Parts: sequence; structure tokens; C-alpha cells
Amino acid sequence: MRIVTFTRSTPDTAAKVEVGANGAVTWGGTATVVNPWDEYSLEEAILQAAKAGGKSAVIALGAAIHDDALKHAMAMGLDEAYRIEDAGLEATDSLSYATAAAAAVNKLGDAKLVIFGKESVDVGTDSHVTQTARKLGWAMVSYVSKILSIDYASGVVKVEQLVEGGKQVVTAQLPVVMSVLKGINEPRYPTFMGIRKAAKAVIPVWSLADLGLGALAKKTQVLRFRNLPAKNVEVEMLTGEPEEVAAKLVDKLLAEKVL
Amino acid sequence: MSAILVWIETVDGAARTTSWEALGAAKTLAVGLGQPVVAVVMGKNAAAVGAQAVAHGASKALVCEDATLEPFRLEPYAALLTTLVKEHAPSAVVAVATSAGRELLAACAADTDSAMLSDAIELSAVDGKVNAVRPVYAGKILSETAAVEGAAFVTVRGRAFQPATDIGATGEVVSVAPVLTEGAVTVKIDSFEAEVGSVNLGDAAIIVSGGRGIANNPKDAPGGTDKADVWKAQDGFETLLKPLAEVLGGAVGASRAAVDAGYISYAHQVGQTGKTVAPALYIAAAISGAIQHQAGMRNSKVIVAINKDGDAPIFKLARYGIVGDIYKIIPAITAELKKRLGK
Repeated sequence: MRIVTFTRSTPDTAAKVEVGANGAVTWGGTATVVNPWDEYSLEEAILQAAKAGGKSAVIALGAAIHDDALKHAMAMGLDEAYRIEDAGLEATDSLSYATAAAAAVNKLGDAKLVIFGKESVDVGTDSHVTQTARKLGWAMVSYVSKILSIDYASGVVKVEQLVEGGKQVVTAQLPVVMSVLKGINEPRYPTFMGIRKAAKAVIPVWSLADLGLGALAKKTQVLRFRNLPAKNVEVEMLTGEPEEVAAKLVDKLLAEKVL
Repeated sequence: MSAILVWIETVDGAARTTSWEALGAAKTLAVGLGQPVVAVVMGKNAAAVGAQAVAHGASKALVCEDATLEPFRLEPYAALLTTLVKEHAPSAVVAVATSAGRELLAACAADTDSAMLSDAIELSAVDGKVNAVRPVYAGKILSETAAVEGAAFVTVRGRAFQPATDIGATGEVVSVAPVLTEGAVTVKIDSFEAEVGSVNLGDAAIIVSGGRGIANNPKDAPGGTDKADVWKAQDGFETLLKPLAEVLGGAVGASRAAVDAGYISYAHQVGQTGKTVAPALYIAAAISGAIQHQAGMRNSKVIVAINKDGDAPIFKLARYGIVGDIYKIIPAITAELKKRLGK
């Protein structure tokens, strides 16, 4: 049995991401990192595979740049990595992503649990997570902050999930797709041995045809990327004793009508 | 392609306030597409909330009050909304981008093989197609994305659109039948625990956030305390920032550094790996303003920064800046506000 997770390479969190004159997205040549939310899902896949006595598998959809994230995942301790590449596969269209992701899980064939990070920072969404669950026809449990128990014999999964205004305990039946939050675990750092092993690993690359899929019908299209409008704020420094500063600030905020 | 559906999310039988922003966004699209807006309300009190949606300008409301629909669970909600989408063949389906809204629309878009545009901050209709502006790369740049085929499922980011207001309009409220019975729902909610005394960050008009510097609390940790900095910071959130948030009717946020240090729970984190917020007023207390934090709050209308380091990057975003000790300045601001706001 496999516990399956997905990841991708995204710009370093501290990188300045910009749209260049040619309309392309650039981040100044800094290296990519594993999508920050995926550190937790990768760790959780390792932990859950160990508990279940199964293997952990990580999949990336897209071009060779995502091998970096897959190698990082293997260096952390994921057992297997796969990449799906197709010229028509764009992560910006969540439905295409989900269709290919679900087909990849089905190709592996022996998974009952798929774990995603909360969202992907590059595409700025978590739509593909829920959509992968729907394309698989599996239950979806999002924003999991703690896995309380998974009983593979009865198929009962009990988790704690964060929702607006609080947290709740929910019970679901395997097979399940879940998204996990920061704080669910303490992601490990790759070990020296892990890095060496990952460096040598050959990552299988599957085409859509390998997954039994034809060309994906894209439902959305990115027209253009653009930079954020410049923030034309001139900071006004307020000075004086605390009481004076407080009075000045409250005057300003009342005048701004934000109170 | 005859209508625009808008899901009015409810919490315990009342419309979530940001749902009226989704209705406002849908009405904007309705003008561009020349189509009426139909509200969908599910769960406890759906008929009353449906009537409210009509009063707020929806031409009609489809409502379903059924025990399976309270509180929100994806399976019964998605089954019903997908059925309504198939019946009404809308050109767009709109909801606010809460955790439930994101899940529900993504699921129905998948079930009906439609376009999904999430977290829109601007919407337009061009030649009968929906275009959305969405923040990507953790809010560092924007993408303009078009729905090219089928219905456009759109979630709108909280506080990005003008809410629809009660204009006293009248229209039909139609009851529809649920699609799934309880036996067909596999996910069960065993228990819910409300976060005590916290306002939802996504809805909050005012947010007071603390950073790592909140550990510079002049109070002494009680003898025998294992980690003095954690005690000091937690006490600071409780006795310094919470009273300010309370007098402002706002929510308490935090930087990643404060959350990672164990000073406050993750639910409060604002930034790249936390919540993205856009309140009218954001007060950053002892937050230096790393690029990851900026990604989560730069769209706030007025930003006030209080930091002892006058060179902190947060001052580049702020409208008002105060260099000094938060433990001296914030109590003075809280006291002044109490006096001026008569609280």
C-alpha cells in the first residue's frame, strides 16, 4: 500500500517575484524550494506510511524544474517519486491538474490516502486539491491540523480540522484525500545520506498517455501576469511621549474613517 | 446560460457578512453578462436568509433547509449545488473564498467539468466570458485569468468587493429538495470547538498583529516557568494586544516568527504560510515586515507600524509609523481609544 503526496518547485519564499518586460514571471535567478506548504504533507506522508507499514510516493506535475522538489522529498525520506510531463498540462488550470493527478493515483493503484499541502503558492490556490478528490470520487477532508487515527481495517479516519472560527473533529471513510496545515508535524531536514540517495535516483516521467488520458481540455487561460500596483504610501512618523503619540494616532485614524 | 448563481454562506442560520460581498460581485458580473442573479442558500434558516438575499438584490433565491445541510459539509452541499448548476446552466457561480466556499466551488467545478477561478480580487465580463484578477506567487504578482469554456466558478477574496446592501427588493424564494440522504454522506462532524474570543481574521475590518518582539514584555515570568520568553509573549498577546483589538472590535493576528516561537496559535498567522488579509486598519506591533509577512497584509487600507527599529521594512508599507516600545505605546493608544470612542 502506498501513501501518495504531491509537490512542486516554487520560488524561494524570500525571493522577489516579478513580471518582466516580456511578460514572463521571474524571481531573480534564486533557487526554487519545495512549495512551502508541502513540507508538512511530505513529512506526514513519511509518518503515515511508516505507521501503515506501506510506502510513501510523491508525484509532481510539470516540467523538469519540479525534479528539484521531488529530489528534496526523496532526501527527506519519501520512498518513490514520479513526474508527469505534458506540454498541455498547466498547473494554472486546476481541473487539468486534478484530472492528471487523479489518473496518476489510479495508475499507482494501491493508495487509499492522498495527502496535499494546504495550497500551492505559485498558482495561489487549493482548488486542485478538492478537485483531485472529486475526480477520484474520494472523500475530501481539508485543512487538517491533526490526524487522530486511521484504521485501515475498518477504513475509519478521524482528524481534527481547522475551520473559520474554530476547529472540529471529523470522521471520514477511506479512501480519502486530505490537505494538511502547518503545525501538523515538524518537517525533518534531508540527511546527508538521503541527499546522496536522492541525487542518484532516476525519476520516472509519465506522459498523459501513460496515465490513459488524452489531451486535457483546459477550462481557463492565463491572459497575462502583472506586477502589483505600486503602493504610493508616504509613511508619516508620529513622535513624542506615548500619550502624545497615541492622541496623534487616534486623531489620524478618526480622520481616515477606519475606526 | 441564463443566470448567475451566488452561494450565500450561512453560519448557524445567519448569512456570513462577507457573503454579501459575493452577491455584490455577482451583481457586477450580472451587469456585464446581462443576466439575473439567483441566490442559493442551504442549511438552517435558509428560507429567511434567501428572503434577505432577495432584499439585497438577488432576483430569486433557491433554498434548502435539511438536517444534512447543517453545519456545512462538502458532500451534501456539492451534490445539491451540482444539481442546481445542471438544472440552471448558469454562466457563473460565485461564492466568497472561505474554507467552505473554496471547497464547494472547486468540487462543483470538477463535477461539472467547468472553469475554476479562485480568490478573485477583480472581476469583469468580456464578450460574455468571465475574467478574474487573482493574486499568485503568494500575492507577489497578479494573474489575469479567463474562463474559456462552460460555467465560470468564481470565489472572491473577502473584503475585495463592495457588499450588496439591503435595498428592500422583492422576489421569489423557492424551496428545493436535498440530493443526498444522511446515509449517503460519508464525512461526519463529531464535535466543534469554537476558538474562544477570536474574530475570524478573514472577516475582520481591523487587525492588531504581534511579532517576535512581543516577548520583550517588562513583566517577569513567574518563578519556575520553563520558557520565560513564551510566557512573556503569551501574556503580551493577552494583556497588551487583545485589549487593543477589543476596543477596536478587531481580531488578533501574528507574524510567522511569533507563531513558530510558540507565542500564539497558528490560526492567528498572517502571511505567506498563514492567512491573507485586507482589513481597513492593520496595526503591526513589533513586526519587522519580512516579505513573507507583507504578502499577507500589504492590501490593508491603512497600516500602522510600531517598532523599536526605525529601519524595519514594515515602515515602507505603513501609512503611520511609531518608533518605540510597544509596551509603552500600545497601552497609551488603548486608553486614548477608550476615551475617544466612549468605551
